[in-house]
Amino acid sequence: MLGVCLRGAHATVRKNCVRSPLTPLQSYRCYSTSRSSGASRVVALGLVTVGGGVGGTLLYSKWDPKFRAAVEKNVPYSDWLLGLALGPAPEDARLPVRKQVRSGGEHLFTRKCKECHKHADVSETAAVASAEPLKERPVDEVTARLVQQDQEEEKLLASLSSRLEDSLASSAKATLQAIGAQEVALQAVTQHTRKLKDAMEAEAPSDEKSTQWKELEAALAERTAAVKDATTTLSKANEALEGLKSVINQAKGQKVAAARPLILAAEENLHQMVVDLDKVVSKVRSAESEAKVVSQYTELVNEAKQQFQREVSSLTPEIQANWKGLTGKLSVDDLNALIAHAHRRIDQLNRELAEQRVREQIHIEAALEQQKVEDHKVLDAAVTTAMGHVKEEARLNLEQKLAELREVMEAEMRTQLRRQAAAHTDHVRDVLKVQEQELRAEAEQVLNSKILDQETRYRQLTQEQLDNFTLDMNAAYARLKGIEEAIDSHAVAEETAREAHQLWLSVEALSYALKSAGADSPSMPLEDAAEAVRASCHDDFCSALASALPQESLQRGVYSEASLRARFNALRSLARRVALIDESRNSLYQYFLSYLQAALLFEDQQEAPPSQLSGADLDPFKLLSYASYCLEHGDLELAAKLVNQLRGEARRVVEDWLTEARLTLETRQVVSLLSAYANAAGLGTTQAP
Amino acid sequence: MTSENMADEYGRKWDRCLADTAVKTATGLGVGIVLSVLLFKRRMWPVSFGSGLGLGMGYSNCQHDFRSPYLIHGHTVKVNA
Repeated sequence: MLGVCLRGAHATVRKNCVRSPLTPLQSYRCYSTSRSSGASRVVALGLVTVGGGVGGTLLYSKWDPKFRAAVEKNVPYSDWLLGLALGPAPEDARLPVRKQVRSGGEHLFTRKCKECHKHADVSETAAVASAEPLKERPVDEVTARLVQQDQEEEKLLASLSSRLEDSLASSAKATLQAIGAQEVALQAVTQHTRKLKDAMEAEAPSDEKSTQWKELEAALAERTAAVKDATTTLSKANEALEGLKSVINQAKGQKVAAARPLILAAEENLHQMVVDLDKVVSKVRSAESEAKVVSQYTELVNEAKQQFQREVSSLTPEIQANWKGLTGKLSVDDLNALIAHAHRRIDQLNRELAEQRVREQIHIEAALEQQKVEDHKVLDAAVTTAMGHVKEEARLNLEQKLAELREVMEAEMRTQLRRQAAAHTDHVRDVLKVQEQELRAEAEQVLNSKILDQETRYRQLTQEQLDNFTLDMNAAYARLKGIEEAIDSHAVAEETAREAHQLWLSVEALSYALKSAGADSPSMPLEDAAEAVRASCHDDFCSALASALPQESLQRGVYSEASLRARFNALRSLARRVALIDESRNSLYQYFLSYLQAALLFEDQQEAPPSQLSGADLDPFKLLSYASYCLEHGDLELAAKLVNQLRGEARRVVEDWLTEARLTLETRQVVSLLSAYANAAGLGTTQAP
Repeated sequence: MTSENMADEYGRKWDRCLADTAVKTATGLGVGIVLSVLLFKRRMWPVSFGSGLGLGMGYSNCQHDFRSPYLIHGHTVKVNA
């Protein structure tokens, strides 16, 4: 680019300089002045363009890596330049990032794997089993683990059951004790009450009364003792029951499956004990309440008696308490006073009775109310206890049912597992059967193939033997046949030899006839000779050839090569003269030009033609010189071919010569073929002495 | 013989051509002279014109004769159906 600019600068300079007429000094000045203004501008422009081009290339290659690659590929040393300016190609920059990412990912994965290995160590067997899905855990390990598990369970169970039993026994004992005590108390209370009732109602003599009272006191003491005893035993029993409950809860917390029935039984027992205890306690309470009623009644009665006694003693102070034995000892006044007192008492009592009757309803209502309230309380207590009992019973039933259901489920699961195991064994059996069949089939196949090989080999050998024998037989037969044929062919050969001789003679005559051509006259007509040849022909090839002779040659004869050569020389000058004329160029002016060309153009008289004609060789002058060379060297065929390449007027002029040449060539070809054939036939039939 | 005929033909053509041109030129000249003398007051132009005319005719004839093998003659053939 710089060179172009310089050249341009020089051109402008020269133009500028040439315009003005100059002396050497002036020219010098001209050079210098022009250069400073025009050349400098051009140089600057060129530099700017170059800089812009390079900068643009750098920027675009920075942006588009494909363009950069193309530039690097096509422009040498550009990769060095671009590397210097922009740094390495972006392909390299991408790889390290990717590697980093990949290595980072791997690092993460390895770390994660380490963690998971740590986790796996805890349950390594499980990891091993999962990693190789098809491998089962070894049976021993499994059984050992199972045995271990069973042992642990048993131990736990034993401890649990022992504890439960202990607590159960203790609580049962306590409960029984409590129940016994309660019953004793009950008995004591009822006895006491009965005795009290009897004491109240019975009208026994004083001695018996005192004994009765003593008995009563004893009974009372007994009752109190019994009740105390009962309460203590009850508290003990409650404690024991509480302990049992806690033990049961603990056992439940342990969650051992086999212990559940035990727990359940223990709970039932507990419940039963609690229920019994409550029953007995309620019985005792009812007895106590009855006893209270009775004691109240006795108190009232005693009070009334005492009052009466006081009244009687107030009236008759000397009379003793027991008024039944008073009939003989009292005076009439006393009796009257007593009767009056009795009447007054009766009135009073009547009045009280009336009052009582009046207040009866109110009292009854109040009593009823009280009774209702008490009944309510009792009912509530009874209801709550009954509810509690019922709930407990329901819960126990539920637990029982759950336990039953669990057992049923376990049994079912066991049956399913058994079924699975059975299915597995069946499957394994089937697979084994199939494998056995496959193996058997394979073995049979191998056996069959081996047998087949042996058979084929045997057959091959037999076949070979047969073939060999057949070959020998055929060879012998062929030889015999050959001998017979040889003998036959001898006779035939004699005949053909004669014929061949004849043919050869006739062909010789034909070729001699060809030679009879004069300098400018054609040869004699070849009719007779051809006829002779046809006569002596006995096969198609020969007769075809004989009839392939052109008519002209048969009737008129052909020219010799020498005459054709002479004619060609004469023709050559004419052809040269009209070399430029053809269909498009054929005015007289063209004729004049053609003549001029022929006069002015000199070519070799004879030039050896190349093996392959190129476009330049199709010039008519050249062709003519080639043809002349060929003719001088006796190659009429090539000469005719070359002359055939002429075009236009020159071709028209040499047309006749060409036809004659063709004729001659044809005839000569046929004759040569015939002579060759005759020679061959003759050679074939000639027998060496 | 045939080539001699061809070359002869070529020569014959030229002979004919030259003879014809000469005759035509002469005739043209003559006619020109006559016309110039009779009608155009002995000017030069009819003479040169006539001779030129004759020469041109001869030239044209000659050219046509030489071109004759290359001329294509078209015939209109009426087809009577």
